[in-house]
Amino acid sequence: MDHAPTLNSAPLRLPADWRDFFALTKPRVMTLVIFTGLCGLLAAPGSIHPVLAFTAILCIAVGAGGAAALNQWWEADIDAGMKRTAKRPLPSGRMERESARDFGFALAGGSVVVMGLAIGWLAAAILAISIFYYAWVYTVWLKPRTPQNIVIGGGAGAFPPLIGWVAVTGHVTWMPVVLFLIIFFWTPPHFWALALFVQTDYAKVGIPMLPVVAGEKATRRQILLYTLLLVPLSLLPFILGGAGLVYGIAAGVLGLGFLALALRVGLRHSAEGDRMKPERQLFAFSIIYLFALFAALVVDRFAGLEGWL
Amino acid sequence: MGNDPQDNAIDKIDMVAFRARQKARNRALGLVLGALVVLFFAITVVKLGIQAAHH
Repeated sequence: MDHAPTLNSAPLRLPADWRDFFALTKPRVMTLVIFTGLCGLLAAPGSIHPVLAFTAILCIAVGAGGAAALNQWWEADIDAGMKRTAKRPLPSGRMERESARDFGFALAGGSVVVMGLAIGWLAAAILAISIFYYAWVYTVWLKPRTPQNIVIGGGAGAFPPLIGWVAVTGHVTWMPVVLFLIIFFWTPPHFWALALFVQTDYAKVGIPMLPVVAGEKATRRQILLYTLLLVPLSLLPFILGGAGLVYGIAAGVLGLGFLALALRVGLRHSAEGDRMKPERQLFAFSIIYLFALFAALVVDRFAGLEGWL
Repeated sequence: MGNDPQDNAIDKIDMVAFRARQKARNRALGLVLGALVVLFFAITVVKLGIQAAHH
């Protein structure tokens, strides 16, 4: 049966393009999710069949994509008011809200079920918690209510290495929890550096981001505070013997770089028409920092296995 | 309104775009479903292999 609208009936509304569905999953954020999940999986003691490893990473990525779609479904009105997000599929009118909601629930549910059946129900339970954490605890509950939203919400992005690790070992130990905490404490300086140079957008849509509510000075202080917590925490796997020298040196050097940039941001004041270069540099470096730190963890593990050190 | 030749021409163009969008979506969905079939088959083979090795 043909369901296409006939000529001269109600105006044709084009169905959403598949690329718009893909865009709903926030592919750029997903790269970091896939990378940290893969690192957790590769750094874990033990082995996993490559097909199952691929499935675990796919489920982590699809689960994150589902959570991102639900986030955009819920925040479509807010996104419409911000320059950075106004061109997304929902605020630009290229997709109906219900399509995004159904797509998000399908991805989230499907990824958890496949993870449970193929890998294990502990990994699936943590994946389900991470989706719920991002889609509800962060998006619906905390983000519109508290300027500390990003601190707790950062936990959602911290789950992938924990899930990757549990996919291999089948249980939770202190090491994947430390990896979780590293991303948890990395998120505030990373996100607030961004919020400092896009703060006018957040103010416009009434989201209580720290720079909007507490001011720039308090935000800079908090960036510094969380960096001071992050750097020693990132050294913990080396100090406690969970990782070797390669990781220890990388964590030390990267931590010093992060601290230097955070100090510059934390101790300065912006003037009228400031281009916020130190804040932009800190934001860019924070992404490199996380990629490099987790890559070092994997290199360290393989260096240990191959007896290079 | 519906008898205006210009309106009909626009409707025809819309219809072509509508069909093209539908086709692209169907193709993408087909690829995803095909990939899932291959993945589930591979998972089954691997899981059976692991179970056989345990026995």
